[in-house]
Amino acid sequence: MKIIEARSINKYFYAPDRFHALKDISFSVEKGEFVSIMGKSGCGKSTLLYILSTMDTDYEGDLLMEEQRVTGLSHEQLSKIRNEHIGFVFQFHYLLPEFSVLENVMLPALKLGRKSKEEVEHDAMTKLRLLDIDSQATKLASRISGGQKQRVAIARALINNPSIIMGDEPTGNLDSKNASIVFDIFRELSDEEDLSLLIVTHDEDFANKTDRIIEMEDGRIISHKRE
Amino acid sequence: MKWNLIFSIATTHLFSRKKQTFVAALGVTFGIAAYIIMMSFMTGLNGLLDGMILNRTPHVRLYNEIVPSELQPLDFSATYGDYTKQIHSVKPKRSQQRIANALPLIHFLNEQPEVQGAIPQVKARGFYRGGSTELNGSLLGVDVLEENRLYQLGDYIVQGRAEDLAKNDKGIILGAGVAKKLSLELGENIQVTSSQGSVFTLKIVGLYQSGLADIDNVQSYVNIKMAQRLMGEGDNYITDIHVKLHNIEQAPELSAKWNRMFDVNAMDIQTANAQFETGTSIRNMISYAVSITLLIVAGFGIYNILNMLIYEKMNDIAILKATGFSGGDVKRIFILQAMLIGLMGGLLGLLIGYIGSLAISHTPFETEALPTIKTFPVNFDWSFYVIGTVFALLSTFFAGYLPARRAERIDPVDIIRGQ
Repeated sequence: MKIIEARSINKYFYAPDRFHALKDISFSVEKGEFVSIMGKSGCGKSTLLYILSTMDTDYEGDLLMEEQRVTGLSHEQLSKIRNEHIGFVFQFHYLLPEFSVLENVMLPALKLGRKSKEEVEHDAMTKLRLLDIDSQATKLASRISGGQKQRVAIARALINNPSIIMGDEPTGNLDSKNASIVFDIFRELSDEEDLSLLIVTHDEDFANKTDRIIEMEDGRIISHKRE
Repeated sequence: MKWNLIFSIATTHLFSRKKQTFVAALGVTFGIAAYIIMMSFMTGLNGLLDGMILNRTPHVRLYNEIVPSELQPLDFSATYGDYTKQIHSVKPKRSQQRIANALPLIHFLNEQPEVQGAIPQVKARGFYRGGSTELNGSLLGVDVLEENRLYQLGDYIVQGRAEDLAKNDKGIILGAGVAKKLSLELGENIQVTSSQGSVFTLKIVGLYQSGLADIDNVQSYVNIKMAQRLMGEGDNYITDIHVKLHNIEQAPELSAKWNRMFDVNAMDIQTANAQFETGTSIRNMISYAVSITLLIVAGFGIYNILNMLIYEKMNDIAILKATGFSGGDVKRIFILQAMLIGLMGGLLGLLIGYIGSLAISHTPFETEALPTIKTFPVNFDWSFYVIGTVFALLSTFFAGYLPARRAERIDPVDIIRGQ
């Protein structure tokens, strides 16, 4: 099953000048597939990721999630889809600094509102244990190290059992040791949980270990490399 | 929507930045406290100033004015009815100042639903004698307890008490100016010569000071009976009836009505004291203008602080939106924060406002005009506290609404990409 599919996506920037950022992008990610997007700065890979993430709605073309068209849905509906189906991991750790590690992981599930607070807390602890960071659960998110923060962010991305994890250079800000820990976690999720991953990266070593590398240049996909 | 989740995010934001929250709340606190102190103090002063007039002027005064008749005998003549008539040197008929049938009239007035109280007065003229000096005097015969109830006569008695006059038929509450001129003191006797020529010895049971030298130098209060005896008249000799109404606005209407109904002149307070209403309404206008300004300034303070708060929370807004919180959720989080700041700041403002008012009400304030007032007058009206609370919530809602709507519209991509 295609977890996410882009059909002829075009994107323009209008400031400072009109600029054709994405040119006729079409591709899809299968269930359980671990895909990386590579390319030079400014090639449009992050722009593409934000469109795929449903956060950017200003584009032409169609976007499908689990074979349902999501282009044109209201912001309210899109935020529900993000909440339920998409997990995010960014380059900067993006935790809420005033909340504890555990609370950060719990928030998306509390927002989803399908489970009681106790169940959510239990789930969150399970995810933190999975990422081997459960010992920090009660600390404030601003009080842990960068590598730990990124693992918490991954736990948060997993809390609602999404169909896909999207990452914008999730290892870009980490040392090589932490970067390989994060990669191993992703690899494991893909292999064992059959989770789809779509990761934008600069790191060639990282990309080479993924199932498929989508290479971009000047707003176009120039190649799909399969390992 | 899950309000307790919104609430817990909002309170976490607020409590993790106690100092900033406190400063934001202080803006509201000062606004509300200043509003309460202003209004309590201004309306207290207004009440005092109004009282100075209202305690001296009855809402409606009934009296008998000695004037020449409007209709002369010639006007009743059938023969000359249509003629233009000229009569020279018309003089008033010699008559008494008494109000005809005063006692039944007072009884009638007191039974009217609009009337709070109608009380008789007897005006008598005479001379105060102390040693060889003789001073012109005007003696008011009053029912002193009723005067005290309706017109707070006691507030103007600097020595002695109003009740002492009620207990002593031959008592007098002497104008402070008279007492000073004749070097008389409380408890001493004074001789009063009536215009009829008889001499009475009265005991000074109190000293009266209105603050107006012209009045204090001539006027004194005695019991009605004493005034009647001074005039050599009986029980039904009443020169004035002072009526206090429940609603001062009805005074002109009722005075016109009673003027028609009875053979008596009637003067309402609006006619007797035209400047009173103007002064009161202008003072009220000033206090409302000042307090609205204060509240608006407080509102802008909140608006600024929330704007700053939202700039600082850009990252958090982006994360919340990326992880599935909608724009509406984010807006509610910030509006709730604003209103919590408003509520905390407002309640603290009420407390400080109350303490401030209390402090003012204990601040010494001495004035010749109001001898019994020792401290500033303050109006502890609970409605100011209700208005203050409502305003604190309303203003923080609106001050929070605009920044919160901006947070609602912030595009998370712009923030995440901007890093």
